[in-house]
Amino acid sequence: MAKDMMKAVIEVDGARVSFGAVKALDGVTLSVMPGECIGLVGHNGAGKSTIVNVINGGLTPQEGTVASDGERLDRYNITIARGRGVRCVFQELSLCPNLSIVENTRIMHHELGGFGWRAKAAKVIEKSLDAVFPGHGIDSGQPVGDLSIAERQMVEIAMAFSDAGIAPRLVILDEPTSSLDASLARQMLDHVRRFVASGGSVIFISHILHEILETSDRIVVMKDGRVVAERPAGEFDHHRLVEAMGSVANDDAFQRSARELAAAPVVLKHQAAGLPFTARQGEIIGLAGLAGHGQTELLLALHAAQSNSWWPRRDPLVTFVAGDRRLNGVFELWSILRNFSIASLGDLSRGGVVRTADEAERGADWKGRIEIRTQDMDNGILSLSGGNQQKVLFARALATRAPVILMDDPMRGVDVGTKQEVYEIIRQEAAKGRSFIWYSTEMDEVRLCDRVYVFRERVITAELVGDDVNETNIIAASFEGVAA
Amino acid sequence: MISFGRLAKKPWIWSWIAAFVVWFATIMVTGGASTLGLSQAALTFAAFSIIVGIGQMFVITLGPGNIDLSVPATMTLAGTVALKLMNVDNSMVVPGLLVAVLIGVAVGVGNYALIKALRIPPIIATLSMSFIVQSAAIWTNRGLRIKPPAVLADFTTSSTLGVPNVALVALGLSLIAWVLLEKSVYGRWISAIGQSMAAARMAGIPVDGARFVTYLFCAVLASVAGYLLACFSGGAALNMGAEYLLMSIAVVVIGGTAVAGGDSNVPGIWGASLFMFLVVSMLNTYGIGAGIRLIMTGLIIISVIMLAGGRRTGMR
Repeated sequence: MAKDMMKAVIEVDGARVSFGAVKALDGVTLSVMPGECIGLVGHNGAGKSTIVNVINGGLTPQEGTVASDGERLDRYNITIARGRGVRCVFQELSLCPNLSIVENTRIMHHELGGFGWRAKAAKVIEKSLDAVFPGHGIDSGQPVGDLSIAERQMVEIAMAFSDAGIAPRLVILDEPTSSLDASLARQMLDHVRRFVASGGSVIFISHILHEILETSDRIVVMKDGRVVAERPAGEFDHHRLVEAMGSVANDDAFQRSARELAAAPVVLKHQAAGLPFTARQGEIIGLAGLAGHGQTELLLALHAAQSNSWWPRRDPLVTFVAGDRRLNGVFELWSILRNFSIASLGDLSRGGVVRTADEAERGADWKGRIEIRTQDMDNGILSLSGGNQQKVLFARALATRAPVILMDDPMRGVDVGTKQEVYEIIRQEAAKGRSFIWYSTEMDEVRLCDRVYVFRERVITAELVGDDVNETNIIAASFEGVAA
Repeated sequence: MISFGRLAKKPWIWSWIAAFVVWFATIMVTGGASTLGLSQAALTFAAFSIIVGIGQMFVITLGPGNIDLSVPATMTLAGTVALKLMNVDNSMVVPGLLVAVLIGVAVGVGNYALIKALRIPPIIATLSMSFIVQSAAIWTNRGLRIKPPAVLADFTTSSTLGVPNVALVALGLSLIAWVLLEKSVYGRWISAIGQSMAAARMAGIPVDGARFVTYLFCAVLASVAGYLLACFSGGAALNMGAEYLLMSIAVVVIGGTAVAGGDSNVPGIWGASLFMFLVVSMLNTYGIGAGIRLIMTGLIIISVIMLAGGRRTGMR
């Protein structure tokens, strides 16, 4: 094949990386050819982010080599990687929130120096945004902090594909679509194909398997720091991919059980813009629509209306699972255990003093129930991979006694196996009478809900119940009233 | 030796090592003759910094931007008003203390009212509050210097079993602070708020309640320190709190508390307060002039912070 004759953009051979006792990479060999898109899949903590960090120069492997265009690179770091056109979109968003999009562009591209850099930078980023997300409507003079999480991700993706002198040759996309709704994800995936067709290379990491299957040329499956399967995408289907990752496919999990809830007592009411919002006991309610159209704002309003900032509530009605975990989720200085227990300290204390034995016991119980991958719950929260941090936030909310759980797209960056486990826990808890209000950007999750409110321009425009909850209806409702 | 490795990772250990080194260097010069005297003096003078430092530490724990600059004025007002009320009468000791505490409560409420209701940043709010409080102190004091009741004057200047009484008071307050910070739900709350106010709010923590109590606690500790200091020094003076503005912040920082909030410790306040006093007495013992002494003090403080700070970033 012609591709074998070409030289790999980046070639990693036998990379080993360990953090203390944890082997993050155990001899990984991976080469990226020009003009191909590699899909990289695996559970949280399988080593995907670590190999990405080796390729982008952020991490030097303890063993193994990195080569580029056929020459072995003994000194390899982020600057050298960027010079060779390696770009990365991180799972954790990495733009400076206090700077404008243009200023962030200047930081990313050292080439954009000198007089009139603002105009140059604006041109570079706007060109790229227009190419990846036509009709994006983002003003490049805005501070990044004012953007919604979806818009921030769009800017970050456009940043990686932008060209300010050194053309991108290999773009690494780590969970790029996790905050994007279906139409934006579509635009990005189309751009990936165009970029690959013009000779660029892409490493694409996603837990949304159909995206991987339709976009990649070759799929690499990782598990416990090793590559366990590497084949052309055509030889995989959804089922085989899940099997290769080492979790049992469970199609039933995507089936919603038909339940009669119209008679259940109402636990929460809110007069939002548009249709009134109500939640009944034991209901799983979905908030759908395009990303950033007021779903998160509704959750925050519900939470604010039910909590008191002066005095702790003895029996709080609602609890919250963050999606933007760096903004309103984790406490970075704390251990996993403390991050887990903070919302249920009322139950774990006597006379205002925390009973640490009870705290540790409950922590160990949830560590097992939701499989938090750590040797010790006293390790720092940041020692966990992103998906595992998210599990801790989930456990934090579920361990409270609050009957209503608000979820702000909490499954970002969580792997398929874990998702199934969490869906099962949600179902069990709902059967016991807990209510879930669930904003999700993933159609599969919205379909699990008993009732769905569809948002459009910060207004609830439609309510779908039971069998009406399906992709066609949701998409139709999401785009209704566009003319107005 | 096994525990030394763990001990070396504690953020407060550097202030203790520094305090010990300076203490040792001072008694070496005098050939060990001043050991007891120096130690007692250090404990006595450190006690006041410890009490105000603990309050400041709780406020700093609340995260970036949180600081209480009204500490010196509160000390002055509490000392002045309490001594005036007691009027050298031994039977008025308890009412005097109560009035001092009430002044602390009033200042704390005022501080948080400015911060919350008027949305003024804490640094400005507490500074403006301190002007009001200081003016009130000037107005009540009117240049008079009233002596403390004999009982209090004796108590604050004498020792029990060789340990100065004020140091015992500071120890008692430190124990309460330690339990609050390390063991209580409230301690978890303020640490959480210091790391991320948004996340704390979404975790169901009563953010305003916890912050309010913290500013209250700081002001009350400052007024108690003012009450004790006025009695110890034989009367309230209008500038008696002045040096405690910088001192209260310095002991928190040297003690290894994260300036960015969320991570605090009580033992460090002790190490740092002893160190701050001992540095000055060491330089005095060496007979160094006032100007050089100030420069040296500054340099020594900077080097301790660098040592402690460098170690802590490595830990994370």
